[in-house]
Parts: sequence; C-alpha cells; structure tokens
Amino acid sequence: MANIMEIQNVSKIYGPLKALQDVSLSVPPGQWLAIMGPSGSGKTTLMNIIGCLDTPSLGEVILDGVRLSSLKPGELTTIRREAIGLIFQQFHLVSYLTALENVMMAQFYHSLVDEGEAMEALERVGLSDRARHLPRQLSGGEQQRVCIARALINHPKLLLADEPTGNLDEINEKLVMDILHKLRGGGSTIVLVTHAPEVAAHADRVIVLEHGKLAEDRLNERGGDAGPLAAAGLAESEGEVGGAKMAS
Amino acid sequence: MGAKTALQGNRPFLFRMLASSLVRRRSRLLVALTGIAIGATVLLGLVTLCYDIPRQLSREFRSYGANLAFVPVGGALALDRGLLEKARAFLPQGELVGLTPFRYESVRSRMLPYTAVGTDFTEARKTSPFYRVEGAWPARPGEILVGGDVAERTGLGPGKTMPLDGRNSRRERYDQEFAVVGVVITGGVEDEFVFLSLSDMEAMTGEEGRVDLAEASLSAGKDELERIAGAIKAALPGVDARLVTQVTRSEETVLAKLTSLVYLVTAVVLTLTMICVATTMMTVVLERRREIGLKKALGADNRRVAREFLAEGLCLGIAGGLLGSALGLIFARVVSENVFGRALNPELFLIPLTVLVSALVTVVACLAPVRRAVDVEPALVLRGE
Repeated sequence: MANIMEIQNVSKIYGPLKALQDVSLSVPPGQWLAIMGPSGSGKTTLMNIIGCLDTPSLGEVILDGVRLSSLKPGELTTIRREAIGLIFQQFHLVSYLTALENVMMAQFYHSLVDEGEAMEALERVGLSDRARHLPRQLSGGEQQRVCIARALINHPKLLLADEPTGNLDEINEKLVMDILHKLRGGGSTIVLVTHAPEVAAHADRVIVLEHGKLAEDRLNERGGDAGPLAAAGLAESEGEVGGAKMAS
Repeated sequence: MGAKTALQGNRPFLFRMLASSLVRRRSRLLVALTGIAIGATVLLGLVTLCYDIPRQLSREFRSYGANLAFVPVGGALALDRGLLEKARAFLPQGELVGLTPFRYESVRSRMLPYTAVGTDFTEARKTSPFYRVEGAWPARPGEILVGGDVAERTGLGPGKTMPLDGRNSRRERYDQEFAVVGVVITGGVEDEFVFLSLSDMEAMTGEEGRVDLAEASLSAGKDELERIAGAIKAALPGVDARLVTQVTRSEETVLAKLTSLVYLVTAVVLTLTMICVATTMMTVVLERRREIGLKKALGADNRRVAREFLAEGLCLGIAGGLLGSALGLIFARVVSENVFGRALNPELFLIPLTVLVSALVTVVACLAPVRRAVDVEPALVLRGE
C-alpha cells in the first residue's frame, strides 16, 4: 500500500536557527503517528509543513502522491482544503458563529454547505444539543469537540492535531482521545503533536524530535504495522465516527 | 459540481455568516457604522440643500430686480400694450413675481427738462424692491414720486406739487399738476426721473396703449429664463424678450460659488468618512487576524477572504447610508427652516444615491485593510504571533 505521506530530508531554516534538520519519515494510510519532543524541538514546524501551512527550506514532502514543493501557494491551499483536517490546541473557533456554523464554515470553504451533515458531525462528537451555542457558551472540551467535528466534516485523508488535549482537563482529554480512537478505528490517518507521553501512548507510532532532528522512531507495543490495524479498525467501527474515511 | 453552482449553493451561508458577524459583533462595528452614517448625513443634507438652494434663493434674488426685459423689435419705437399682455401668458404664473410696464416721456417742469416715467406702482414694488421711497408710494390718481436727485435740486418732497408740461406725438400740448407723495432713491439713473402712474401719463398725454419697456421678475434660473424668452420671441414677433444679464449673471455666480462650496465641503466630509472607515476596518482586520488565518487554514483562498470582507463593508455602507439618509433629511430640514426660513422640498432620488455613494466609499475604504487581511500567514497567526 502506498504511503499517504513521505517526508524526505526536510529542513526548515530561519536565519541562523535550524528548526528542522534533515527529517525523513513515511506514514502509511491508517496510521496514528504521534510527534513528541520538548518545546522548540520543531514539532509544530513539522506539522505546519505537513499541513501545507508552511514550506520546507530543503527536502521534499509528498502527500497522497503529490509533491508539495512543485505547488504554488494557491495549489497548497487546495491540498489543505481537500486533504487535510486541522485540530488546534487553541480550538480557533470563530467567536460570532455557533458550533454548527463553525462546522458549516469548513464545508463552505470546501464545497457545498449541508446543515444536516454538519449536525450529524456534531452528533458524532456528542454535541448535537450544543449546536446553536456560541463558542463562549461552550466549555473547553466542547470547543475542542466542535473543532474535531469541523476537521472531519470534509472527510480529510489526513488529520493533523496540534496538542489537542493541551488545554483540557482529564475528563475532556479522555473524551477527545476516545473520539480519536474511533477515527483511527475508522481508518483515518492521524498525525498528533504532543509533549505528553500518556497522550502519545494512544498512537500506533511515536517519533521524537530533539533540536529539529529525528531522535527516535518507534512503534507502540500494541501498534506494529498500522495498515492491518487500520483495516481491522475500519471493519469494526465504520460509521461510528464516520467523518474521516480513508482513501486507500 | 461546478464552482459556480457551489458558489450559488453557498450564498445563503455567506449571508448567514455576514449577518452573524454584523449582528453579533455590532458593538465592534458601531464606530464604523457611526462614521459612515455621519458621512451620509452630511452628504445627503448638503446635496439636498444644494438642490434646494436655487429654489430657496431665487426669491431672495428677486430683490436684485427684474431678470427679464421686453423691448420693441427692430424699427418699432414702442410696444403695444396688448402684445405685452400676450407675452404675460408665456410667463409661468407660479414663478412670476411681477411684470412692470414703463413708458418714458420728455417733460418740463417750471422750464426745466425731466424724464417722466409712467408705470404700474403695484407691479414696480414687486419687480424693483430695491427702490427706497421716502414718503409714500402713489396710491391715487395725480400722485407722483420724484427721484432723489430731482428732489435735491428742486427741493421737492412729500406734500409739494409739481407741474408737468410737454407735447405728445401729435404735437398737442399738455399741462398738468401732480402731488408729490414720495422721493425714490436707488443710487441709479432712477434718481433723475419723475414717476407717475401709467394711467395718469396716458390721461396727461392723451395717448393710450403705448409701452416703451417692460420688466418681469421671475423665480427662475438662467436656463428657464432663456427658454421663456425664446418662446416669446418665437410666438410674438413684435416683442424682443431679453435676459437682464447683470442680474442673472450675478445670480448664477452666487449660486455657482455656493454650490461649489457645498460640494467642496461634501468632498472633504467624504474623504474624512473614508479615512474613518479605513481606520476602523484596519482595526477590525487586526482584531480578526486569527479568524482570517483560520479561514485560510481551512482552505479559503485570498479572493474569498477579500470578498467576505468587502461584502461586510458593503453591508455596513448600505446600513450607514440608510441611517445617514434619514438623519441627512432631518439635518437639511433644520438648516432650511432656520437659515432660509422656508420648508424643505427634498429630492427623493438623492436617498438611493446617498446609499450607493456610502456603500461605494466604504468598499473603497476597505480595500487597503482587505489587502492586508489576505496577506495574513495562517501558520503565524494560529500560533499567536
């Protein structure tokens, strides 16, 4: 099975600072990858490059068979819109739109707005009764679940989550991790940035960055080959979360 | 599904986002809305006055005197009075302030020569309001006015009598005594004249129906006067209707200067409005950098971000324009009643025009902030830089 993502000798250099140095990585479809490392190790930089929010200074990123270095900014926007779902630590919900409208906004920029489908996405994250609330009327956990529903609404091939539980209490962290488990079970490819080992423990594979370099790349004990895991998960859980379906 | 269809299908949501942004962020947008509304208020108020000022002032300008003169054509020495009445039919009654006939005769009084002017005093008071009369205006037959210079030279004044004599066109002699009831002072050639009623002059000379000149005062602009004069000349070959250029030109000049001043003030206000809106929108953009970054991260291209901001500006412009139009009418009415002492006659077509200009100005003012908005790097703003 072709890898959904290939990172080949990627470096990101800001003047004298080397945020990433010669990082190479392959991610098969359906794998849950956790990126760990201390602050300033290059986690977010790597995620921005994978998410087409930034470009590498050197090296190549191939996403679903497309070489990103050959793309113009507008084409990168298209890739981001079509193939990537983003979950942020700060949630980044639009303050004047309701939970439902925040999800619909992702549809708006992707293709066609479908209120019913957006409501279903909120139902899947357990927020149908909070759909008409504004972000300020929601708890942090609820806001993060809206953010997840928004990330999944367009069925992205790759889900990128930057410290998704960083601002949550224990109960909400568990809720969010349960949702991510369901997604992985449904065959979604997840790249999660975290500094918390207990969060990274949920992933199939963990890489550790230090000073911009890939210091460690290991499979979690229950992980192994992500492909068969994903296939098994898809058979078990398809339709439960259902927002992110794999293109294998 | 084609891009165009998707765009049309998503239009209701675009309006929903716009409405949410405008309604739920109303306290933020109040400054911009106030700025636009003030601009629209001044714009509609001043332009309404600009339209109404000529109407308001034209009656005031009548104090300058007549603005249309009727004189005999070609070799004719005088106008026929019947012809003058026909010409009167061409003058719009609503705009006619007065029509005064004048007949000039060379007379003598106590051996000294004078020019006697036969006129209609009632009409003369309307067409020549600048005549200053010391004493009274003639009200009965046999009463006359003497010019200021005549009074000074002869010592004549109210309560005195003045004999007039002369010969008519048939060389017949006439001689009659008149009672001076007032002295007319204009500072012009009229101060050399002796004024008597046209009927007294006709009775004195034994010649009826002759008029040398007539003057009309109309509440009309230069173009309207030219149209009336042209119609009279075309229909009545014996009459030449001419604009009293000194008066009409003064009127045009004053109005043009006043209008230019109003337009200048309007332009300044519009510029200030644009700066105010641009500044406010710049603040709005800065406040919403994270939201713009998010939209771009979700896949919005620069054109869509720009379109949304401009649509928001357009809505603000229309709302501000409507609010400002209502306030502008009140402003114009207050100015009209307090400065000109007359009721306002507003031009309703100026309301949609004001809304259109407000919307346009707002959109133009939004262009620079929007250009900055689309330059936002999503990765930077989403991590709070």
